[in-house]
Amino acid sequence: METFLGLYNYWVVIFLMMTGFYTVISRGNLVKKVVGLNIFQVSVFLLYISMGKVEGGTAPILVDGQNVAYSNPLPSVLILTAIVVGVATTGMALALIVRIQEEYGSIEEDEILKMEQSDA
Amino acid sequence: MITTVQIVRVRSLFATVMLTGIFSLLGAGWMMTLDAPDVAFTEAAVGAGIATVLMLSTLALTTRRSKTPTGNKLLPLLVVGVTGALLVWATLDMPHLGDPSAPVHQHVAPRYLAQKEIHGHAAQAETGVPNVVTAVLGSYRGYDTLGETTVIFTAAIGVMLVLGGRRRRDDASSKRKGKAKGKAA
Repeated sequence: METFLGLYNYWVVIFLMMTGFYTVISRGNLVKKVVGLNIFQVSVFLLYISMGKVEGGTAPILVDGQNVAYSNPLPSVLILTAIVVGVATTGMALALIVRIQEEYGSIEEDEILKMEQSDA
Repeated sequence: MITTVQIVRVRSLFATVMLTGIFSLLGAGWMMTLDAPDVAFTEAAVGAGIATVLMLSTLALTTRRSKTPTGNKLLPLLVVGVTGALLVWATLDMPHLGDPSAPVHQHVAPRYLAQKEIHGHAAQAETGVPNVVTAVLGSYRGYDTLGETTVIFTAAIGVMLVLGGRRRRDDASSKRKGKAKGKAA
């Protein structure tokens, strides 16, 4: 029971991560795939942030007074960078999807593959 | 968690995008309770805001419905199940949530929070910023942030190259499409 309470954050993260992974590999729609990647990404963010938590700590904004426990600022910094980079890659992927739609008239993976094969 | 399952199940892409926004916001809420307000604000603004707008504009330019998935349903589920089980097994000797003696808290973070003679903590004494996250982001890891801006710049150029100039190429691409159709027929 204690193990469950101590590790539940990892298990929630793993569940979210696997949901994202499943979306990427099982859905043929390209927008759906990007959404899946996004879910995966957010789960990694949550993994880092939950690691930075210190029991009884507060946000790492310095206040006067001794013996204040702060949570770890480092994961926050890394994830701030990662969020912004993640949105940049998402934007790039969506732009490619728009181009694919213009070129093939479809954003379903199997339809595009069929067109490619009948072309060749 | 329920939100994510619904994201996978729902066929309407519009609903998917809306649920993704909700999911981001819920994630931001959890980050807030985990003592990371900076990250929570960024996630709420960027993840739930900008990403949703980008996806909606993509939907406006493409289509709103996705097809019912075809093909093997069991195989992806099996792969995901095995990977998830392996990951759960790997967490069994991870430090517990909130454990102050976890390895994460032993490396460089104590250095930032160390007490100094003047001006209190090291991060404030050296950078003059009371928010340690800002101090590390802007000062200690400034090159990292410079790299991040480079990535955004590159992505912006990429989007412009992919989407810009399509008006000029419209004739060419429609010609190509016509040719492909002719071949198929």
